[in-house]
Amino acid sequence: MLDAEMEVAVRRVWDIAATVTDPEIPVLTIEDLGVLRRVDVCGTAVTVTLTPTYSGCPAMDTMSVDVRRALATAGYNDVTVTLALAPAWTTDWISEQGKIKLNEYGIAPPTGHSARGTAGPVSLLLSVKCPRCSSLNTRELSRFGSTSCKALHECRECLEPFDYFKVL
Amino acid sequence: MSTTTGTPPAAGDTTAATLTSDEHGNIELGKLTLAAEVIGQGTVAPPAVAEYALWLGDDALVLAQNLGWWISRAPELEEDIAIGNIALDLIGHARSFLSYAGSASGRTEDEMAYFRGEEEYRSAQLFEQANGDFAHTIARNFIAGCFQHALYERLQGSHDETLAAIAAKSIKEVDYHVDHATQWVLRLAGGTAKSRRRLIVGFADVWPYVDELFRDEPLNDELAGVAVRQSTLRPAFDTRVAAVFAEAELEVPVGFTATGGGRVGKHHETLGPLLAEMQVLARQFPGAAW
Ligand SMILES: [Zn+2]
Repeated sequence: MLDAEMEVAVRRVWDIAATVTDPEIPVLTIEDLGVLRRVDVCGTAVTVTLTPTYSGCPAMDTMSVDVRRALATAGYNDVTVTLALAPAWTTDWISEQGKIKLNEYGIAPPTGHSARGTAGPVSLLLSVKCPRCSSLNTRELSRFGSTSCKALHECRECLEPFDYFKVL
Repeated sequence: MSTTTGTPPAAGDTTAATLTSDEHGNIELGKLTLAAEVIGQGTVAPPAVAEYALWLGDDALVLAQNLGWWISRAPELEEDIAIGNIALDLIGHARSFLSYAGSASGRTEDEMAYFRGEEEYRSAQLFEQANGDFAHTIARNFIAGCFQHALYERLQGSHDETLAAIAAKSIKEVDYHVDHATQWVLRLAGGTAKSRRRLIVGFADVWPYVDELFRDEPLNDELAGVAVRQSTLRPAFDTRVAAVFAEAELEVPVGFTATGGGRVGKHHETLGPLLAEMQVLARQFPGAAW
């Protein structure tokens, strides 16, 4: 096949895989999350590489199955889904579009950037904006929330609790 | 964990094409095959590396199983959730280490977790210590987290790419675990007379198991540059503990030192019952999925 044809073939697979959403945050696709890392096409064989968000994230199995199902529906039968641990996933990989979708969904997107190797996550906390009323007058209730990736915050303006996607 | 079927394209195959996502979520097209960044599956651990992966995987798994007992019993709902999430992270680390350890002998992560006997486990006895009351759990978790943090910090530089990748992934989560334990050490130490007394008792009870964590084993000589020599982690551990203890106005406990032996299969009496509960379902219904 010509290079251009291969690129089209790969792009087609990528676009199908990119429709798969996070089962726990259904507004986000695995592309928005930065979980979809790579697509390889070799003849009729397709390999899709995902990276886990958190090591123990139970949604990874579902996402792998969903990628396979989406591709099977589109006629790809020789599909391999691999999980890559390195480089380690970071919230910096969530796309701008993804952050907007998170906020609209009611989850405050991560503030600031991952800074491993310098000060750790704790000393870098910036103000978290309430996804309902946009107030910055919020506080952390618990650093661990309803799933591995979230912390629980509360807004002191509208008094509602909300999830915050914490920096990793 | 594994969802692999078939085989990835061979390196250099001219009919292969690739699409990757770069660090900013942009997309880049290129004619690449599997790059060095793809680590995780299909790598077979050399026997000595597999043994070392077993140490770290068993530490994480045993602690996760211990923490599971707190679910629905923590002092408040937020703690239930925090401890559950920490346990989940640790299970993730254990899955990576045990999958890698099992690759040397063709065993799956489940076979490693459910079908090894007590004497085949390689966890250090600190991780096997019972939850006790909440203060005991915090004391044990604090020590475990400080040790794992110091270890993973260095293991990221291992010559073994898989170990380095697991360490780089895990340390980001252990950051949060250490933070959680530290906040509670400060809160309990500075809380009521009762909370402070219980925390001091907790540290006194688990401290005998600290030394074992930093003991070098013959395996360390075989794995220079691959494994981290435990004894060299002690200064980083002591520095972190000293800083938190100073703020909490606690003193490092003095007392006996346990003989240890977890790395050669000699375990604390708590491990047997823990494994029995963890393994019973898989053994009673082999191949069961849930
Ligand atoms: Zn608000």
